[in-house]
Amino acid sequence: MTILETAAPARPGGGLNRLLDRHASALPTAAAVVILAVLLGGAQLYFGNFLTPRNLSALLLDHAYLVILAVGMTLVILTGGIDLSVGSVLAFTGILGARMLAAGSSPVVVVLVMVLSGAAIGLMIGVLVQYFDVQPFIASLAGLFLARGLAYVVSLQSIKVKEPSILWLQSTRIQVGDWYVTPTGILALVVLAIGAFTLAWTRFGRTVYAIGGDEQSARLMGLDVARTRVLVYVVSGVCSGLGGLVLTAYSGAGYPRNGIGTELDVIAAVVIGGTLLSGGVGYVLGSLVGVLVYGTIKTIISFKGAEQAWTEITIGLLLLVFIVVQQVIVVRSARRR
Amino acid sequence: MSPTNPPLQARPTQRDTVIEMSGITVQFPGVLALDGVDLRLRRGEVHALLGENGAGKSTLVKALTGVHGIDGGSIVVDGVDRTFSSTADAERAGIATVYQEVNLCPNLSVGENITLGHEPRRRGVIDWRGAHEAAVGHLRRFGLDLDPRSLLGGHPLAVRQLVAICRAMVLDANVLILDEPTSSLDRGEVERLFSAVRDLRDQGVAVVFISHFLDQVYEISDRITVLRNGRLVGEYTVDELPRAELVSRMIGRELAELEELGRTAAKPVDRTATPVLRASGLGRSRVIEPVDLDVYPGEVVGLAGLLGSGRTELARLLAGADTADAGTVEMHGRPVRLTTPRRAIRHGVAFSSEDRRGEGVVGDLTVAENILLGLQARRGWLRPLRRAERTAVVAEYIEALGVRPANPDMLVRNLSGGNQQKVLLGRWLATAPELLILDEPTRGIDVGAKADIQRKVADLAERGLSVLFISSELEEVLRLAQRILIMRDRRRIGLVESRETDVDGLVAVMAHTGRPATDTKEVR
Repeated sequence: MTILETAAPARPGGGLNRLLDRHASALPTAAAVVILAVLLGGAQLYFGNFLTPRNLSALLLDHAYLVILAVGMTLVILTGGIDLSVGSVLAFTGILGARMLAAGSSPVVVVLVMVLSGAAIGLMIGVLVQYFDVQPFIASLAGLFLARGLAYVVSLQSIKVKEPSILWLQSTRIQVGDWYVTPTGILALVVLAIGAFTLAWTRFGRTVYAIGGDEQSARLMGLDVARTRVLVYVVSGVCSGLGGLVLTAYSGAGYPRNGIGTELDVIAAVVIGGTLLSGGVGYVLGSLVGVLVYGTIKTIISFKGAEQAWTEITIGLLLLVFIVVQQVIVVRSARRR
Repeated sequence: MSPTNPPLQARPTQRDTVIEMSGITVQFPGVLALDGVDLRLRRGEVHALLGENGAGKSTLVKALTGVHGIDGGSIVVDGVDRTFSSTADAERAGIATVYQEVNLCPNLSVGENITLGHEPRRRGVIDWRGAHEAAVGHLRRFGLDLDPRSLLGGHPLAVRQLVAICRAMVLDANVLILDEPTSSLDRGEVERLFSAVRDLRDQGVAVVFISHFLDQVYEISDRITVLRNGRLVGEYTVDELPRAELVSRMIGRELAELEELGRTAAKPVDRTATPVLRASGLGRSRVIEPVDLDVYPGEVVGLAGLLGSGRTELARLLAGADTADAGTVEMHGRPVRLTTPRRAIRHGVAFSSEDRRGEGVVGDLTVAENILLGLQARRGWLRPLRRAERTAVVAEYIEALGVRPANPDMLVRNLSGGNQQKVLLGRWLATAPELLILDEPTRGIDVGAKADIQRKVADLAERGLSVLFISSELEEVLRLAQRILIMRDRRRIGLVESRETDVDGLVAVMAHTGRPATDTKEVR
């Protein structure tokens, strides 16, 4: 028992410390939940009619595409990477789908093409990062320009979507009392659930965390680092394709200038949700909370009737606070050792 | 392959041979790391792989497990010619490895670090309950009572080392490679490791044991392969190779110089002078209880204690790496506040951490850049050193410390542990410190480099530098230090003159009350 006595003296406070020993990495996400609760509670106190089922349903559905993008982005950031291409890929797959539908393609084929072209761009970024040792920032920046260019090649104008099965995704409302959800919202929640499950319960998911923790170690532990890293970018590409589908259904049109700067909103949401940019720590559920924080701030500001510029300022400040809070947590948990 | 070795293929491969590596050559940029080396492992043996730092032990292991590609030679596993492309590949063939520097993920749980890669799964879904139960079972074999769900990063280095070994045990391997597994373990932990190793050996596993602790080598090994400078010296059974013979084969020079250091290093110092450092009641709540300590000019004060006794924690307070919340520090009689490493450096305190790779050298910089870092930081970044000065400083320390290879443009991560330690020492000496704190400067490095570093420390003290020397090797502490501060359970237990005590005496004080001193006699 030498170790227990000499190397790891019991810390006082048993239960709490045990919780911290196990879940120190969940602290930033817990902080995000607190922020969301404070925002929602504060808005309710201020406006009196904020926490209505209608409002909360809209909060999720208006940002369904962001949730989907955030799931892919969370995986990428967990490996210590970044994917700047998501906004452009969203626009490209959206306009491509709208154009194909206008030309009379079957919706099933269209959806497949959208998802696969997202995956193809993700694959390109992943291969660049893994096999050509390109910084993720640069590789995905190339993806950003490529996808945006391709979107303009497909069409410079917005293309309206008339295909009923695509519009059905947004127009159908499944109502429970005053709560409602559309198929796009369900799709976002399904993607989220798959993401959370994969990260927690599959070897692929744990390898994602291991790469973010210590890549060299992950390799020496015999994990398939190369395949996993390429795959996270492919997953992010697939999510962008699905995001394109959801946004097309939501807006009823494809538009090549959609999603400019969306990658930054997504990264902000993921970071606010408690994923460390250095990788290895974070949860997709946290990213959902991050997206909801973003959406809540936007809604509050439109309730106030203030300039939407304030959304960006608030998000900027919040991001700043969060990164500082995360650093404090990281430094403190390092000190606990 | 060297011409003196007959071609091994001609020798009939015995049935009990698991792995036969012959004529292995590995070329690194600028260095021939291995030159025609053979290694033969038999079922059910513990095979020690020995040699100085940079002899090529780790490289040979990594060539076997597919981390490094080989430029020549062949690897025959169970009679089949193979090369592995990755560790995973080697693991599938039944070769498990615990590397010298702990290679686990701090952001994952203990249980996950043990089982990841071969965790129980049902249709691709990880059975966490099963994985954690398996992990607890393996931890119990070492008498470790850890929560498998706790994060690995929250545990001390020794625990992480044991977790790494547990991980290798899960694999049910035919071949288990342990690269310096005992360097951060205490005697009791080593015992537990050895009994597990003996079990595995009796089950027919071939165990490769790399260590600098020769006592341990003789205790556990059946056969020894000795390497020197990337070449094979020979393969021996333990009985045919007495220890003195082994050492001279490993270092290729006489041990006399190491012996000659003797205890002459510990010269008396003038304790009427103003101490360089005076700490009074220095402590940090929940980390270390208040400690008093004086260090006089030209004095080496040893810091002895088991792992986790508070010796590293004290060093970190003095170096400003952690901030004290009690007590005061005076340097040359003037009160100072050592709240950051930068302040400490400005007051002339240099701290070389026990975590060489994590908190010491910068692997991706060259030897020269690593040596200059400290000096440049002390001067301030706006006053760059002239090129001629830089070259002179670097050349001086490479020469003085005997860094091998003596190439200032080599990346530090390609150096062996002992040479990295010398570079680190060079960095701090270049800043002309008044107090040098060395935390485990000789851990995991070979006899030759150890002697070099000890000689250098004695030398520096002679020239008036004060040193706080932390080591698990009590012989080393006794040899170098005039006085020894003993720590236990994060408390200062006593301060003894090294002339008035010996290893047994220290052990008796360090060991837990109520436990007979003989129990921990072989504390390193």
